Amino acid sequence: MSLHASEGRLRAARQGQWRRQPFITGAGRRWALAVAVLAYLVLALGSVDVNWARVAEGAGRAVNFLAAFTQPDFTSRQGDIIDGLIESLTMTLTSTVIGVLLAIPVGLGAARNIAPLPIYALCRAIIAVSRTFQEIIIAILFVVMFGFGPLAGMITLAFATIGFMAKLLAEDIEDLNWRQVEAVRATGAGWWQVMNHAIQPQVMPRLIGLSMYRLDINFRESSVIGIVGAGGIGATLNTSLSRYEYGTAAAILLIIIAIVLASEYASSHVRRFTQ
Amino acid sequence: MPVSTSSAGLPLWQRRTTAAQWLRFAAWLFGLCLFLLCWKVISDNTMWVFVEDAGRQGSDLLRRMLPPRWEYAEKLWRPMWDTLNIATLGTALGVLMAFPVAFLAARNTTPHPLVRSLALMIIVSSRSINSLIWAMLLVTIVGPGVLAGIIAIALRSIGFVGKLLYEAVEEIHPTPVEAISATGASRLQVMNYAVLPQVLPAFAGISLYRWDINIRESTVLGLVGAGGIGLALNASINSLAWSQVSVIFVMIFATVIVSEWVSARVRRAMI
Repeated sequence: MSLHASEGRLRAARQGQWRRQPFITGAGRRWALAVAVLAYLVLALGSVDVNWARVAEGAGRAVNFLAAFTQPDFTSRQGDIIDGLIESLTMTLTSTVIGVLLAIPVGLGAARNIAPLPIYALCRAIIAVSRTFQEIIIAILFVVMFGFGPLAGMITLAFATIGFMAKLLAEDIEDLNWRQVEAVRATGAGWWQVMNHAIQPQVMPRLIGLSMYRLDINFRESSVIGIVGAGGIGATLNTSLSRYEYGTAAAILLIIIAIVLASEYASSHVRRFTQ
Repeated sequence: MPVSTSSAGLPLWQRRTTAAQWLRFAAWLFGLCLFLLCWKVISDNTMWVFVEDAGRQGSDLLRRMLPPRWEYAEKLWRPMWDTLNIATLGTALGVLMAFPVAFLAARNTTPHPLVRSLALMIIVSSRSINSLIWAMLLVTIVGPGVLAGIIAIALRSIGFVGKLLYEAVEEIHPTPVEAISATGASRLQVMNYAVLPQVLPAFAGISLYRWDINIRESTVLGLVGAGGIGLALNASINSLAWSQVSVIFVMIFATVIVSEWVSARVRRAMI
């Protein structure tokens, strides 16, 4: 089929009509894909029931909310915002540190080229569980276990950090340059020495970069896990939204955006410094 | 100089100069103090009485969750379908909106630096706000339901897809662009025949990757009322039906694993 299509293209080209190469080869496959997409869209859009009266009613609120961004209200809930922010920031820092420290052994265990099979399977299972569930689901469980407050949030974020960092670290170790490991081994180095002198130097720059990135993600996540009671600015944001205090909500969102921007700027500097 | 001399006049190897060593020490000390300070703040805000019986609470929770009430799974097909729709339609909508934004944000295709900074601002604000926050906002605006979830996922995806796509656009080969412009093609034609074919594979890969992430994120949007399996999760948790919660967890786990596998397979087939 693809042969036919390309022949048609060539014939047209000989007559001076150029057609570009299709992205998906084979007209039959293109049609099947288009029909499948269309069928899915009909089914999916059919099952989405929208209460248009409610949407029309909410349109006014949307305008109010957008208007609130032009004059965010930082002052009337200043105390709550500052408390929430301090909690969020402390949670972010401690959870990233603890998470990265715990992720290093898990990541070493999840790299197939340096870990025996049982340890590999165990570490991969830890990674799969930690990566599948959203932070907020884990937060619900930890809030039940450890009670309300930033400790539950910190443990949640640390747990999520383990999965993220360990997976990327393991992938990094799996495609590192094996010659250096052999060279260090040939000197009679033990396991710790191989880790320290052959593997660590190769993965360290990326590990630092990823930690900075995770710090950024953890801050963003710490702004939502407060919804289920795990501390941080999310609780303040949730309250202000459900009370329709759009000025305060806009102020909190602007602060979050500013902090994320600042941390992204800082992490790009750190990455340039380490690489 | 990282070389110092011993008392006998022999050169000794040192990795760092004394100043650099002190600087490193100070940095580590600062980091440690910061960490301990943060830990103190958290510890002050924690009720340690609750933490002490965390083990008991945890085992209690586990006992209530097991065995899972498998009959409940039958009621979950509809919420699961809604979740898949939120993720897929949200990704589609987000990708549609991210496409022009990315071209406006890339340094080599943007019409004007001012437009570029505006597009970058859209990308940053979409990226820094979590989809749950978008969902909370949209639930108050369009009301609870699947629509709020779809729009939330779409708004969150703009930033992610837009950022990766504009980086791909900035990395394209300039030669095809020059060749097409040399034929006297207009701006849009250059875009269509020189830029687009180069970024299309990256674009498809990024969209699929985001779809995979969105499946994961759409499972929890129901916690704030934006439809999908999260609604069932919220209801089960509020009624303390932990044996149903474990069924939902298993469903979410399976869906996420399958979607990750599908997205990886399709991406590999394309590249």
